[in-house]
Amino acid sequence: MAENNTIDALKNVFSESILRHEINAGDQCVVFVDPSQNTEILSWLRGEPTQSYDLLVDVTAVDFGEGLPIQVVYQLWSLAHKKSIRIKCELEIENLTIKTVTSIWKSADWLEREVYDLFGVEFTGHPDLRRILMPKTYEEGHPLRKDFPLRGRFSRAEQTRRALSQDYHDYYTEEMLEIGGKPAVSSPKYETETDKGNSS
Amino acid sequence: MTHVSSIEPDIGSEHMLINIGPQHPATHGVLRLVCELDGETVVKVMPDIGYLHSSFEKLGEYRTWNQIVPLTDRMDYLAPLIYNCAYVMAVEELMELEVTERCKIVRVICMEMDRIFSHLLWLGTTAIDVGAFTPFLYAFQERERIYSLHESFTGARITTSATRIGGMMADLPDGWIESLKDFLDTVPKTLDEIDSLLTTNAIYLGRTIDIGAISGEDAINHGLTGPNLRASGVPYDLRKDKPYYDYETYDFEVPIGENGDCYDRYLVRMEEMRQSIKILHQAIDRLPEGPINVDDPRVSLPSKTDCMNDMESMIHHFKLITEGISVPAGDCYFAVEGSKGELGMYVVSDGGYKPVRWRIRPPSFVNLSVISKLAEGHLVSDLIMINASLDIVLGEIDR
Repeated sequence: MAENNTIDALKNVFSESILRHEINAGDQCVVFVDPSQNTEILSWLRGEPTQSYDLLVDVTAVDFGEGLPIQVVYQLWSLAHKKSIRIKCELEIENLTIKTVTSIWKSADWLEREVYDLFGVEFTGHPDLRRILMPKTYEEGHPLRKDFPLRGRFSRAEQTRRALSQDYHDYYTEEMLEIGGKPAVSSPKYETETDKGNSS
Repeated sequence: MTHVSSIEPDIGSEHMLINIGPQHPATHGVLRLVCELDGETVVKVMPDIGYLHSSFEKLGEYRTWNQIVPLTDRMDYLAPLIYNCAYVMAVEELMELEVTERCKIVRVICMEMDRIFSHLLWLGTTAIDVGAFTPFLYAFQERERIYSLHESFTGARITTSATRIGGMMADLPDGWIESLKDFLDTVPKTLDEIDSLLTTNAIYLGRTIDIGAISGEDAINHGLTGPNLRASGVPYDLRKDKPYYDYETYDFEVPIGENGDCYDRYLVRMEEMRQSIKILHQAIDRLPEGPINVDDPRVSLPSKTDCMNDMESMIHHFKLITEGISVPAGDCYFAVEGSKGELGMYVVSDGGYKPVRWRIRPPSFVNLSVISKLAEGHLVSDLIMINASLDIVLGEIDR
């Protein structure tokens, strides 16, 4: 896809924010952009008729370890022009925050939650940013980070202990518990002040 | 009895929270749907996933490039060969390695066969969800024959692990193509039978038409791909739009729907199976003789004779066995048209013997995220049909 005009177009419109670009694996365009400009650039790529990247195929992240910045990767496809592009934003490991793109593509909702869950990248403005694959109460960190050991941070005994000590609060969000009403079984782990008053 | 009258007025206004799953046959895997119900009407669905999470992507970072192949078929056990192929194709793309003509066509056969394999399971189980039991038996009889084809080719029925970087684990065994031809002769008849049972069946129509409809624009916005997107009238098929393995030279059509409801998704998948049969016939006709593995010292072991007679081959053999394949630094996103949608493999290498990152772009994961939008306002029984019509596989959603 050597005729992909997106890189030149991006440089014309967002001169300063386009940091560098690469051509990988033969013909795949990768553009590194300023993380603080991600929503502006991505919504332009979607809306601009000559580009119209209307399908957000994937959002993911790459951690190279050794304290190097984490890359947030947006893979886009244009249905009209049949071309693809990969946009990357590099985030310093001390400050893993970036604006959400859920207002541009709805598909970003779960994909960003997954990146948050597995890499710990905060997407500011995301409507429902919580863990998706790991349990709500998971406290060992973010598994796909390079500093995360393959078998987790806790010992097997500790992992088992935590798994066995869960109660219903751990399986429901606050929103769900409001719909369902107060369950008949009380929850010692999450006892509120009023519960204590009733039981004593 | 006096209590009843005092409770009754409240019943109508109270919303109820119920869990469907995680262990429920209608969720097609270990999926938990937390539903807010108003009577029998779904107000909101909150899917809870992750029960099958085994972090294949993390495991992949601790394995050499070829050792990842067995992880891929454990993700989608309904179409394992597509996942095997997609992964090695991504690595080959990054290495800029061209496989042999025979290998390409064998992989096309594998992928199209598993598309039928996956759609047949979808067809059978979905029919069960709306009360039709017979199509399930018919579909599984045909699936059993693909299991046998898997077994005689790869030695395993589900966990095939059939591909290697630069080729296949082995060449097709003798007589395999004939067995495949036998299968292709009878499967259209089965499809016709199932067609006659469902396509104009009043109950089936009532349960699927206008249920879970989504417009093409919304479907794109939500990232749907594969048959789910095409049922909404968007003709996006990677085999046509970004062809790999000479798909542009095969004569087949991409079926599309109009309304994007459960019925259109059914029709699209039925027609896709027929088109896959058409592609398989063409692929069998053009299957050439020749080596299945590429002759490239970076990925393929040299022959035993060469190792014993020639220093270079000996070194390559030693390097490949002790260190594995080394993939040049860079990253590559490669997608194939899987049975569930766009199946992408994103591999990042630093030039070493293990990937820095191996990411699967999961079609079912993205397709499932739309379920809350589709099910809103429908009945609980329709939610079961909508969930079935999305054709998800939890092994790949949770990875």
